[in-house]
Amino acid sequence: MDPQRKRKIRLVVALSAAVLLAAALVYTSFSASSEAKEPSQLLSAAPGASYDMTGRVVRGSVRRNGDSLRFRVVDRDGGSESLPVTYSGTVPDPFRGGREIVLTGEVENGVFVGEPDTLVTKCPSKFTTSSDG
Amino acid sequence: MASAGSVILTLAFLATVLAAVAALLGRGGDERWLLTSRRAVYVACGLLTLCVVLIERAFLGDDFSLNIVQQHSSIETPTFYKLAAMWSSQEGSLLLWAWVLSIAASLALYSTRNRLREIVPYATAVMAGVGAFFTGLMLLAGGVNPFASTPSPVPLDGVGLNPLLQHPSMMIHPPMLYSGYVAFTIPFAFAIGALVTRRLDASWIRATRRFALIAWAFLGLGLLLGARWSYTELGWGGYWAWDPVENAALMPWLIGTAFLHSIMVQEKRGMLKVWNACLIVATFSLALLGTFLVRSGVLQSIHAFGDSTVGPYILGLIAVVLVGSTALIVSRLDDLRSPKRIDSLASREAVFVVNNLLLIGICATIFWGTFFPLISELFTGTKSSLAAPWFDRYTTPLAVLLVLFTGIGPLLAWRRVSWTTARRVFVVPALSALATGAVLALFTDAAQSPWALALFTFAAFALVGIGQEFWRGAAARRSLAGGSMPAALVGLVSRNRRRYGGYIVHVGVAVLLIGIAASSSFQTKRDVVLRPGESATVDGRKVTYVRPTARVDKLAFTAGAVLRVRDGGDAFTLHPTRRFYRPTGGPSSGDISSYFGGESDSEIGLRAGAGSDFWTAEQPKITGVQRDARKADAFLKRCIGGAPGVPPQCQALGLLMRTAAANPALRPTALAKIEQVQLGTARRIAAGYVAEATPATFRVIVDPLATWIWIGGLIALSGALIALWPARRARRVPARDAELEALKEAKYREIRDAELDHAAGKLSDEDYALLDAELRREAVEILDRGLDLEQDDRVDDEEDREEDRRPVEVALDHRAAAEGAAPAADAESDLAG
Repeated sequence: MDPQRKRKIRLVVALSAAVLLAAALVYTSFSASSEAKEPSQLLSAAPGASYDMTGRVVRGSVRRNGDSLRFRVVDRDGGSESLPVTYSGTVPDPFRGGREIVLTGEVENGVFVGEPDTLVTKCPSKFTTSSDG
Repeated sequence: MASAGSVILTLAFLATVLAAVAALLGRGGDERWLLTSRRAVYVACGLLTLCVVLIERAFLGDDFSLNIVQQHSSIETPTFYKLAAMWSSQEGSLLLWAWVLSIAASLALYSTRNRLREIVPYATAVMAGVGAFFTGLMLLAGGVNPFASTPSPVPLDGVGLNPLLQHPSMMIHPPMLYSGYVAFTIPFAFAIGALVTRRLDASWIRATRRFALIAWAFLGLGLLLGARWSYTELGWGGYWAWDPVENAALMPWLIGTAFLHSIMVQEKRGMLKVWNACLIVATFSLALLGTFLVRSGVLQSIHAFGDSTVGPYILGLIAVVLVGSTALIVSRLDDLRSPKRIDSLASREAVFVVNNLLLIGICATIFWGTFFPLISELFTGTKSSLAAPWFDRYTTPLAVLLVLFTGIGPLLAWRRVSWTTARRVFVVPALSALATGAVLALFTDAAQSPWALALFTFAAFALVGIGQEFWRGAAARRSLAGGSMPAALVGLVSRNRRRYGGYIVHVGVAVLLIGIAASSSFQTKRDVVLRPGESATVDGRKVTYVRPTARVDKLAFTAGAVLRVRDGGDAFTLHPTRRFYRPTGGPSSGDISSYFGGESDSEIGLRAGAGSDFWTAEQPKITGVQRDARKADAFLKRCIGGAPGVPPQCQALGLLMRTAAANPALRPTALAKIEQVQLGTARRIAAGYVAEATPATFRVIVDPLATWIWIGGLIALSGALIALWPARRARRVPARDAELEALKEAKYREIRDAELDHAAGKLSDEDYALLDAELRREAVEILDRGLDLEQDDRVDDEEDREEDRRPVEVALDHRAAAEGAAPAADAESDLAG
């Protein structure tokens, strides 16, 4: 086979691999992702669907009840409507009132029920402009 | 002090601007302008160093008139963390960026002071431009000047550093990441210089390869430390979460890895020029993107970074870099074309290309996943995010393939390998890999996870292959130079630091990936609730909650557990604890309940072992403690208020408080008294917690081979150090010949490499004969050029030139033979720059 043709074949193989990977990425990412919602949007959400809820824990609302945790969340930039949440499972170290969290779960009877071990609390770490720590 | 600092920072900004302007004015070769620009960079470096010293002194001296100190430190903060607190702030981290850049730029300019005449002015302009951007940002963006002062009156104490960040690795993790990001500026700047001046041979690569490697090593170490911190401090037992901020640091590291490999192809073969230019632009842009991501609040991350004023500016810089570089590369496409082609798929350069593509595939996947929330918002209107399983699904197979090709690459010689030779070098590694795979599949449960099994097999292939490289290389060297086998091995590594240092990096990465594959695929994780005295069995190990512990000091309430673990014949004790910190700095509410109103963090109980890690974290049930604290607070209030029925001691305390309220001089005494009473009460509550035998939740993880992640990382780091270690001082050559000298040395090394490959059996006789002839022809061309130059210049330096004056063919033979037997001391002089 002449080298020119060989090079062309290699290029086609490499390109098709890239296209395949790209197509797979695009295709699966839309189905594998879960929708991110803020508490105010979830107050009226349909039951049965799974959401990624991002919100801020209301200070002083955290109650431990046996193994489960009950608290209320509001939108990240505040807001007056708060959503009650129940959750059981591991609680990350930085979790407490006033923190931003991400939690996967469903809405049941107006209460957001988190899946065990999906609670993510944001590190209050660096570069926060306000001192909410 | 604040104003002095601002003045120094402004001067540093002006120095960087001057450096950029002078460099551009001196682009035609005007020595005075060039000298001015270089000195301006050194001056900027000195001034920024002074800024850092001033800030650190303010931290050490608790100078709360500076906003940065007040917000990120307190009197109580341990000295060690006062030093580290600078980069926990937005403005301090920008200062760190600019400072590290000025150091790297100064080093780069010093090492190229006599070389790359055409490229350096433009490279200086780029480096100084980026430096001016970051110093200017601090001065002009608003709210990020590190010397901003606190509104008067000056507060007496600071807010303090978040206790979660008070971990030894926080001292080094951020500076490492920043140094990594920043050092990629240097190869980028020289690449731009090379593109502008169309000097597109490998000279810019030779001048900056070290910086790329240093950047890569720093970034890698930063990632490793971050993972370690997460594993030991955060109480969730993982080391990687595919969080946007982690991904942002991993992406430039991956592309940087690809760059470090493909530049070797350009150095040796003059190919892949467009590719390398694109890679370094991508690496630098991704480094900027990482800097941007942590400051923008664009993506949801575990690292909650507030929105800040600097985000849009950095985004602007990224846009300028991308558009400018792309335009430049496109306009130089004709100069970037290489007449050479990859001869055969069975060659080292072909495998490098495949590895490059795999690395880029991994990076592209991570990029897509990281920015998916923005992408999905664009198309569907809602922000959706992707979780770890999605990332794993794609990165796992790509990483497994990468390990396979990492194993193949070192076994092949450059240019071409005949199949008979290939068979000879492949047979041992391939058989060992098959044996490893078979043994693992038959005698362990590794087959439950096919990807992990594949990774173990390929890693065995790569490790045995590298072992064989060392063995054959040492044997070949011994037959050439004599001596014992260990001496030959040491000689081999020290004479070919780049190659064998690189192999050691490969060993480290293979070990690290084995650790990741084993610990993620075969991990046992259980959450168990135990009362003191109770036991649970996790993965065949019996864990007994012996007794609770509790400790109180002024800063924190620490609840812990003594765990006894019995693992077959082995028994050991672990002591996981959880600390609840009182908020510091702000207006303290001062009651006992405040212990539970602040941060908390975990101190894990870890038994690391070669076989597996036994990892435990405790989540104590503190509802009872909190109730007691509230009761005690209420009682103390009534006590001080002198409510009826309180014990007589309260009378005295109440009296003291009332007097203090009227007389400010007595306040410190009263506060100290209250604090003492509170501490005593808290200690009683703690003792009650221990006596009460409350149940606690324990997370217990058995992590097979997890220790090897850290060991592998350290091996890789030491390999990088070996590859970086400077060779003995290169022969002093007149400045104008330095580039030619470097070129010559590179060609000599290539000849020696081929010789070594031949002696080690990686090249067949006929391949070697062909290759050697070709290389010698190229070397003669270079020497010819040197002779031409010399005749033009009539250099008098007889001794230095003698070698080159001989008939070139003879000189070359003599030289190569001499170095083959005992490679010359300046073997790697091209690395010294």
